[in-house]
Amino acid sequence: MAASLRVLTSIATLLLATLAMLASLVAPAAAASDPAPTLLAQEGGEQVRGTLNDGEGDPLEGVQLSVTTPDGEAVGDATSGDDGTWAVDLPGPGDYVVTLDTSTLPDGVELRDPERDTLEVSVNTGQQRTLLFPFGEGGQVSSLGQRLTTAAFSGVQFGLIIAIAAIGLSLIFGTTGLVNFAHGELVTFGAIVAWFLNAPSGTGLGVQLIIAGAIAVVITALLGGGIELGLWRPLRRRRTGLIQMLVITIGLSLALRFGMQIVFGGSSRPYFDYTIQQRISIGWLAITPRDLIVSLIAAATLVGVATMLQRTRIGKAMRAVSDNRDLAESSGIDVQRVVLFVWVMGAGLAGFGGVLNGVVENVNYLLGFRLLLLMFAAVILGGLGTAYGAMFGAIVVGLVTEISTVFFSTELKFVWALFVLIIILLVRPQGLLGRKERIG
Amino acid sequence: MDVLITILADGVNSAIGPTAVVFALAAIGLNVHYGYTGLLNFGQVGFMLVGAYGLAITVSIWEQPLWVGVIAGILASTLLALLLGLPTLRLRADYLAISTIAAAEILRFVFRSSPATPFTGGPFGIPSQVGGSGYTQTWNALNPFPQGRYGIGWLTFSHTRLWATIVGWSIVLLVVLVVWLLMRSPWGRVLKSIREDEDAARALGKNVFAYKMQALILGGVLGGMAGMMLAISQAAIAPDQFLPQLTFFAYTVLIMGGAATIWGPVVGSLLFWFLIASVERALIISDVMPSGTIGPTRLAFVGILLVLLMAFRPQGLLGNKREMVLDG
Repeated sequence: MAASLRVLTSIATLLLATLAMLASLVAPAAAASDPAPTLLAQEGGEQVRGTLNDGEGDPLEGVQLSVTTPDGEAVGDATSGDDGTWAVDLPGPGDYVVTLDTSTLPDGVELRDPERDTLEVSVNTGQQRTLLFPFGEGGQVSSLGQRLTTAAFSGVQFGLIIAIAAIGLSLIFGTTGLVNFAHGELVTFGAIVAWFLNAPSGTGLGVQLIIAGAIAVVITALLGGGIELGLWRPLRRRRTGLIQMLVITIGLSLALRFGMQIVFGGSSRPYFDYTIQQRISIGWLAITPRDLIVSLIAAATLVGVATMLQRTRIGKAMRAVSDNRDLAESSGIDVQRVVLFVWVMGAGLAGFGGVLNGVVENVNYLLGFRLLLLMFAAVILGGLGTAYGAMFGAIVVGLVTEISTVFFSTELKFVWALFVLIIILLVRPQGLLGRKERIG
Repeated sequence: MDVLITILADGVNSAIGPTAVVFALAAIGLNVHYGYTGLLNFGQVGFMLVGAYGLAITVSIWEQPLWVGVIAGILASTLLALLLGLPTLRLRADYLAISTIAAAEILRFVFRSSPATPFTGGPFGIPSQVGGSGYTQTWNALNPFPQGRYGIGWLTFSHTRLWATIVGWSIVLLVVLVVWLLMRSPWGRVLKSIREDEDAARALGKNVFAYKMQALILGGVLGGMAGMMLAISQAAIAPDQFLPQLTFFAYTVLIMGGAATIWGPVVGSLLFWFLIASVERALIISDVMPSGTIGPTRLAFVGILLVLLMAFRPQGLLGNKREMVLDG
């Protein structure tokens, strides 16, 4: 009974600590739930608005926009100011059509996608909806070679991000035998903490994104360590079965995911730095500097992790425990300490993957959960429990996901990756780099 | 006092309504998988999806009678069980868990995609009356209750809801009886022995793979029936109703009542929906949080409930702790 009380108190403390951490982040947000500073909107008034710039950071002045209802009834007009901002107040929540008058654009500036001069939006009660009209060279990628190159690059980039997030999943399985279904929520947690740090004051703390990301990684790593110390270690001490613990990870993932939805809301939001960038062309490849730097950082991180696993004492200990727990323990390795280290590092990397994914796409409370199944696919493809297998599998999954969009519908891109997962299970269940004994 | 009665009335109303029937059926299916055989199916919602769509596509799109649709739903869930079982039943339990959750998501993505729209209605799904008579018309024609509201005091049901509730719980009772008979048969004892020690069962000459496959199909068909019940009681289905958390609702229902017990899933479903609905109503009445956050709060509450149950009372209300010491 004393043991179960101890677990109860530690679970309760853990949940409270997490909630308190989230609450402290959201407290300023409650005062102004709107992400960007508002000048024109009245309290509670619905509005559409945005900032026009030419893709190189210079604002566009004097561009006319009009807002109508879907039936064509005029609602209001706006002209962008000298800082490129525009806003139209709406009579109430509902669906609206926003049209940009392309004839009022300055010479040499065009919409990146000429068909997107009309946007249909639905506005909720009290929402100030920000719209984006991307400008720049109308360089629609056309030839198959260009599309393949661009898709392959996005695939590698996506794969690197999945790999960073999935290393922890694989190492946790390797050292404790636990399949952590809450790993996706660690990814989301990192992305959301970074968002609140990055958001301008009023909502968040206004920290520059790179620093915000670094702090978020540390906080996520601490959360991972807290979960290990407060939940898994006591449960292992009580000899809780693995399958029982697996169902507990499911409960934990539901609690964290929807806890974060309460704090962050259901919408997708971008970070506030590095949002709009002009693509640069290198041969067939057209990418933004942001995406290039994200990929380089991700690749460097993976090399760092691999070096750590290969060269350092703790890295060798991690691989040893993964290989054979009993043998490692009997040769004097402190397995509990190694497992704690795996949790801290795995969670930190998961949070980092979340931040990188948030930079490339948007932050959403489902970000990590969407990645979770792809991480599983990556980890199983490479071989459950091996760190290098996870990296290798992730690149394959990333490539399959993105290259499929060249030939098939984008809606189905994750299906192909999950399909690869099922095929691998059918043909070589131990994974490409795994060993047979793990699967039986 | 009135407030308390409103809260309790909402709870009771939800606990005996058609949603509780759906989750009782899904959880009985999971009980066959997880409770009796030790199979970790994390994609029960996939079976619900193919059951519901099997019915809806056959009846509403191909304009067949309702009973053909029900058979199509059952066949669809059997087929899914075969497809999932063949690659994974020989592997460790967690492989089945990962591939079932992945398969359920594949199905949802495919059913809501634009190439599938002619059959599935894309993201909007299939309302009962697309063409022909629709899957609720025969159902409503069979309803013996004249239009109106039935009940006593604060507990009243519309005639359609009353009909769905009565038929639904009758099906649940029938299914409970079948599962009880099966599990006390020699076949059921083999399943339990596989759960306890697969190698021992194999050493006694049992074809473990075949037994696991039969259990997967039986539980999957029960999941399919849950999906059909959902389609009929709502008179519409959409792919995004079949999110992965539905499976975990069913797990919470099962573990709350007690896995590997006959009445566990039924008691669990009654209790679960009573709790969910009364907590939701209490949150709305007490006005402590903005209305938009009540939905996620409810889901986070389910998660915490699942953690606490699994950590402290894995045998649930009715279970036997000795039966629940599973290890992968």
